[in-house]
Parts: sequence; C-alpha cells; structure tokens
Amino acid sequence: MADVVVEQGRVVRATGGRKGSSLRNALGRKSTVAFFLTLPLILLIALLVLYPAFYSVYLATLNKAMTKFVGLSNFTFLFKRETFWMVVRQSCIFAITAVIFKALIGFIVAHFVHNIPAKGQRKWRGMLLVPWVIPPAMSTLAWLWLFDPSYSAFNYTLSFFGVGPIPWLGDTFWARFSVILVNVWYGAPFFMIMYLAALKSVPDQLYEAAAIDGANWWQKIWHITLPMMRNIIAITTLFSLIVTFANFDIVRILTSGGPLDTTHLFATWAFQVGIQSSDIPLGACVSLFMVPILAVAAIFILRDVTKRGNEA
Amino acid sequence: MSTLAIDKGGPSRKVKYGSMSRDRTWALRWSYFFLVLFAIFFLTPPIYMLITSLKSSAEISAATNPWWVFHPTLSNYVELLTSNQFLRFFWNSSIVSIVVVIITMLISIPAAFALARMKFWGSATLATGVFLTYLIPDSLLFIPLFKTLGVVQDLTGITLLNRWYVLLFIYPTLTVPFCTWIMIGYFASIPKELDEAALIDGASWLQTLTRIFIPVALPGLIAATIFAFTVSWAQFLYPLVFTTSVDQLVLPVGITTTLIKGDVFNWGQIMTGALLGAAPPLIIYAFLMDYYIAGLTAGATKG
Repeated sequence: MADVVVEQGRVVRATGGRKGSSLRNALGRKSTVAFFLTLPLILLIALLVLYPAFYSVYLATLNKAMTKFVGLSNFTFLFKRETFWMVVRQSCIFAITAVIFKALIGFIVAHFVHNIPAKGQRKWRGMLLVPWVIPPAMSTLAWLWLFDPSYSAFNYTLSFFGVGPIPWLGDTFWARFSVILVNVWYGAPFFMIMYLAALKSVPDQLYEAAAIDGANWWQKIWHITLPMMRNIIAITTLFSLIVTFANFDIVRILTSGGPLDTTHLFATWAFQVGIQSSDIPLGACVSLFMVPILAVAAIFILRDVTKRGNEA
Repeated sequence: MSTLAIDKGGPSRKVKYGSMSRDRTWALRWSYFFLVLFAIFFLTPPIYMLITSLKSSAEISAATNPWWVFHPTLSNYVELLTSNQFLRFFWNSSIVSIVVVIITMLISIPAAFALARMKFWGSATLATGVFLTYLIPDSLLFIPLFKTLGVVQDLTGITLLNRWYVLLFIYPTLTVPFCTWIMIGYFASIPKELDEAALIDGASWLQTLTRIFIPVALPGLIAATIFAFTVSWAQFLYPLVFTTSVDQLVLPVGITTTLIKGDVFNWGQIMTGALLGAAPPLIIYAFLMDYYIAGLTAGATKG
C-alpha cells in the first residue's frame, strides 16, 4: 500500500510540473487528501450540530430577555413547576409504552410475514411498510380526522357495537392513548422490517436441529430466534427509544399538548415555551432534559456498534 | 422430522400449540388472518385520506357513512392543484429536498470514501462521531439554531429567518451523518484489490472515487439518496420554527398551518393536501422499494 501512494505522488508530480513541487507533494499526500475530503463533513458537524448543542447549554443559563447570566435558576424554576414534572412523566410513559408496543407488534408481524411462502412476502412487506413511508406530519393529519370530535369515523364504527362516542383527543386518558397509538402505528413497520431482515439471517439448520430435538414453536423462538436476533433487537429498540423520546410531529399536530398540557413531551413543550412564548432560555432548558436519556441510549448503541465492528 | 416434533410435543401442550407446529396449512391460515388484520390497521389512515379527498364538503358535513364515497368528486384536487399557494408549497418542498440531496451527496460521498479507505489520524474517532451525530435529534437543536440564525442575521444583515433557503443548510445536519455512515459501510465492502489496481495504473484518489467507488457502490448511493430525499421531504419541526410567511413554507408546514385555520376545518382539502404531500415518497417507495429497505436496514446491519 505504501509504495502505491509513493507511486501516485510521482504521477501527480509528473503531470503537473508547473507549481512548486513541495506544494504538489503535500497535496498528493494521502492524509492531506483525506483531510480535504472530510473537511465539509467536519465543518457541518462542528458548526451546525456541536456548536448549537453547546450554545443551548449556554442559553439555558440566561434570563428571559437573554441579557443576564442567571446560573441554574431556570432549572430550579422548572423543578418547582408541576407542568414540568407532568411532562417528564408523560415523556417517559409515552416513549416506553410506545417502544414496547412497536417492538412487540413488529416482532409478531415479522414472524407472520416470514411464515408465508416467499413469493407473497414482498407484496405483504411492501404493504405493511407504508406507515413508515408517509411523512408523519401528513399521516397524523389523517389520524386527527379519524379522531375528530363530531365526525370521528372510529366513533361511527364503534356506535354499531353500542360503544358510546369516545373523546379521543378531549380526555386526558384517551388523548394519551391516541398519541401512543399513532406513534405505534408509525413506528411498528420499522421494527417489522428490521426483524424480518434479522429473521432471514437465522440459519434454517438451527430450526431443523431443534425440531429433531422436539422443540415446540415457543422453545424455538425463545432458544433460537431471540438469541440470534438479540443484537438487532437491542439496537432497534434503543434507536427507536431515542426517536420516540424526541418525538415532535405527532403530538404537535394531534393535540398540541392538550388537554391541559397532559400530552406534552419535552420537544413539544420546549417548542411552546421557547418559540411560541419566546422564552428561549427556558425552552433550551426544557429540551436539555432529553440529553441524559439520549446519552445513555447512545452509549449502549455505540458499544454494540463497535463490538460488532471488532468481530467483523 | 415433523412426526418427531409431534411425538415430543407433550400431551399437555398438544391442544394449545399443536396446530401451529403440526399443520403447516393451519399456521399459514392464521398467518394470513393476522396479516390481514395488521394490514387493515396499517392502511386505514392512508385509505381514509383517499376516501375523504374524494368527497365534497357537503357530503362530509352530512355525516353519512364515513367509510364510503357516495358522490365521488375530484373538486378538491382541482382546487388545490390550481391554487398558487399550494403549488408554492410544493415547489418549495421540491427545491429544498432536491438541493439538500445534492448537498448531502457532495459532502458525504467524499467523506465516506476518506473514512472507509484512507486510514488517517483520528479517522476512527470521526466515523464514530458521525454516527453519534446521527443520534442527536432535531428537537434538541431547534432552539439554539433559531437563536443562532437570529444572531447571524443581526451581525451580517443577511435575512435568514423566515426564508426557505435557510433550510438548505439546516437539513444536511439530519441527512449527512446517516448517509455518510451507510456509505462507509458500502465503500468498506468493496475489495481493496480494486482500488489498489487503479492506483497502480496511475489513477488519482479522485479518479479512484469517481471511476470505481461510485459505480460499484451505486446501490448504496441510491439508498442514501432516497433516505436523504424522504427525510428532507418529511421534516416538520425546522421549517415550522424557521419559516412563517405563507410564501416561504414547505408542504408539511403549509398544509398544517394554512388549511387548518380557525374553526373551519375543510377536511376534504386537508386530506387531499396530505395525500399529495405523501405522494412523492410513496411513489419513490413503490418503484425503488428494495433500495429503500436496503437503506433502512443498512444503518443497523452494516458497520
């Protein structure tokens, strides 16, 4: 490899003889080329991701007019507000419940798709992934219309079974249920696709060996499928936990946090406080509370990714 | 093989689980039954969009059976597709998404090439950093970015807030990390002999990239392009925060803020707009499903 690089440097020097050869030499060198190739990426990450992330910590320590340093008083102010604790609780309930159901439904559906003959799998897979393809802002509008207080198509259907009109978005319990339902609907296909890819990679011989040993379907799942898919399940769940925890679109469009702020997540509340009520420091403060859980999930994902990188 | 499975199934479990392991056709029937149930759950909202978009306002407010169209009409489509405002949203969304895809590719392909092939000081750390950046959600960055844009606007006098073009350099923060990450995976899977041969023949690094890596990793490139396009098209939070004037809005924000106004919900038009807004990703998905799925699963299975 090393003499290849030297060879290439000589070629560059031979073809472009006009400029100073030392400069040409430096430009032809591998590390210089690599630096210039990655420079746009480094700039983008540094200026538009890392800088804002740290700037947000600084913003969180200012007063509302952003003229004075107030230390941690934004945080202590939040701790005294009941709405804040409600948002914390609701974010955790929302993320954990939604991820569990997404993972379960994804797993079940992936199994059913895997069960049917290979010829029809493509068609079913294609159909079942549609919720993930539609932009969430658009599909949530359809759910909003399905949940409409006076024209709800669900309530129309339920009325035939004698189930009275359900206040889907008007009542705290049902509003929480609805935002989770829509999130599960949107995210379950992603799990389905990931699990399906993982299921395909489990060698058939393992199942045959288990069948010879007399394992029933549950034992096959517990002792073969789950251990073989452990990595994919872990990484998909952690990734989904991050995305769900930071969700904005669904709650914003469906309830805007109502009724009485009971469905707010960190993202939607930060938007309301920071942008709509233009208290930027407090909004930054709210969104910073997402960092701990994101960091924990990120560490686990990273460990998994590097571990598999070493194995390969 | 199957007879053995029955014998060992155990008498107590036979009743409960017997049909699944014993009879393939019954397992198949149950699979199809549940798949139909889940398909109904997954497809109800888009189908309901379509049903509502074909109804007139009068039919919607008459509160007849919501699952059926009695007098189908295309008036909602005609109205939206001739409205300058809606076409403006569509145009803004298209131009933003297409330019963002180009910017993303220009940044992430060279970077992925360098990270996959040229081992240099800090390359492993940078690759990990790229992946970590992908995990930082938009809802963490929108407030500091909003404030930063305001400060830069005051300092330089260039209007940044409430302009669609600001999205052109904000969106790449969402698309570049993931595209770089999956391109690293695709590039790393190309045999080393291929680019070594090119270097021996006197090709420069740039020629190696354009003549060998890009053609060979084309499927990955298509997957990354699709990802970048769908993410830019669907992005809702950034345009909601950074743009407010009607002529600067992109489709998702435009539909949710202008069609839902006051107490008058024109649901026929909202559903038509939502369906038209969902159409480009759905069309891409319909034609390039395998690439779409490859991009989706690459993030976790590669690397």
